[in-house]
Amino acid sequence: MNTTMRLFILVAGLMFLAACSTLRGTGDMGVVIERASGSVQIIETSHQTRLGRIEGLGDLSHASVVYSRDERYAYVFGRDGGLTRIDILASRIDKRLLQSGNSIGGAISQDGSLVAVSNYTPGGIKVFDAETLELVADIPATYGRDRLRSKVVGLVDAPDQRFVFSLYDAGEIWIADFSMGRHPHITRFKQVGRQPYDGLITPDGRYYLAGLFGEDGLALLDLWHEEKGVRKILADYGRGSKKMPVYKMPHLEGWAMTEDYAFLPEVGRHEVLVVNRHNWKKVTSIPVYGQPVFVMARPDGRQIWVNYAFPDNDTVQVIDTEKLKVVQQLKPGKAVLHMEFTPRGEQVWISARDSNRVTVYDTFDFHEIKVLPADKPSGIFFTSRAHRIGL
Amino acid sequence: MASRFILLPGLFLLLLGQPVFAGELPQQRQNELRDLLLQDCGSCHGMTLKGGLGPALTPDVIATRSRDMVRTTIEQGRSGTPMPPWKNILDNDDINWLVDTLYKGSALQ
Repeated sequence: MNTTMRLFILVAGLMFLAACSTLRGTGDMGVVIERASGSVQIIETSHQTRLGRIEGLGDLSHASVVYSRDERYAYVFGRDGGLTRIDILASRIDKRLLQSGNSIGGAISQDGSLVAVSNYTPGGIKVFDAETLELVADIPATYGRDRLRSKVVGLVDAPDQRFVFSLYDAGEIWIADFSMGRHPHITRFKQVGRQPYDGLITPDGRYYLAGLFGEDGLALLDLWHEEKGVRKILADYGRGSKKMPVYKMPHLEGWAMTEDYAFLPEVGRHEVLVVNRHNWKKVTSIPVYGQPVFVMARPDGRQIWVNYAFPDNDTVQVIDTEKLKVVQQLKPGKAVLHMEFTPRGEQVWISARDSNRVTVYDTFDFHEIKVLPADKPSGIFFTSRAHRIGL
Repeated sequence: MASRFILLPGLFLLLLGQPVFAGELPQQRQNELRDLLLQDCGSCHGMTLKGGLGPALTPDVIATRSRDMVRTTIEQGRSGTPMPPWKNILDNDDINWLVDTLYKGSALQ
């Protein structure tokens, strides 16, 4: 064997060894948004460690994340209109662009080929190729005779290659249907209620619900029967006649569903509303510590975890879904912003912005498993979202 | 309260030679309010105050509004919008500081 050959075998062998030691799956990985520094941490939940940190993502206040279906790429939607595709295995930015002046969130299509971003300014959604981030469709949210542009909120993916979203200023819900290719068919539902501020899709992908800030009740769209239009449900849901100030808008993405009930944050009141999810009628309301922001079910539906708006944002409570009452109260730090469950729910990760830390709790006995430092952490997003409708 | 009186002579010496404003806030409170403005107000108005669900609060926008209007909005909120009243949470000095800071655009510096 000549020297070149020997060298070749040696290098190939080394490369093989290097690959062996670094190969890993991504199913236990996730990202933590560090909102003030425009960075994200890459973490894993099996041993609760930090694997890397990526900087240079712009204004990440209210940032959110969706995942490619192979759970390798995270799409980060920044407040400044930044759309960044991160390779979480290589811990680096893969592609990044500024697609608008002011955006609020995004979604990935059923087949993983399209990424949509909802924008405040200029109001509308933009849809990009998930691989290249090339613009596929620009859908301005125009309304009324003056062709004004509305802020867009509550953007979700729906089965059959659709995106559904709400127009805050127009009081409309739109469906952008990409099932026929890259030229969407738009369906508009007008006068669904005043100031829809967020929306969600049920985990089965059938119902889209929009919360209304400007009036009571919720707008419900049955995506199996678009022809029936949008109807109002829970006429008493909302701020009621004695309008309470709301110090942080509730988030609907996390609305918790169990087999029989949906658990919703009351708007302005210190209550979590329990609704029968078969007829959408109120069952009861559970008194809680503050104005709820996120109301999230553990994946098995046995517990509901709730965090609160300023000034009660140092507390998290746990509701037992059988007893329908609070069974645990925790203090994860100052300004608790988000909670994320591991795929089967044995851990929950909770960010406390002003305490600069993420606390990992055991959801069975509520003990602290670990505390991880982070720079003003907000949203926490695990890769298991890749395979859930609406996330 | 006792500690405040003990501190006063020292504070007075510190402030000699500097303009003294009525109701000047302690540095720690200013830091808390800056955090509140960027982080909590920022959840609707954007962390860089360039707007979101709520309007932009950058100095060029604020300059087009009267001081009374800005102050009243923070104190009482704005009906018909999600802007809540802050008068039960912030006192007069806090609100004055916020109004000044918005006009100066100094929160982001």
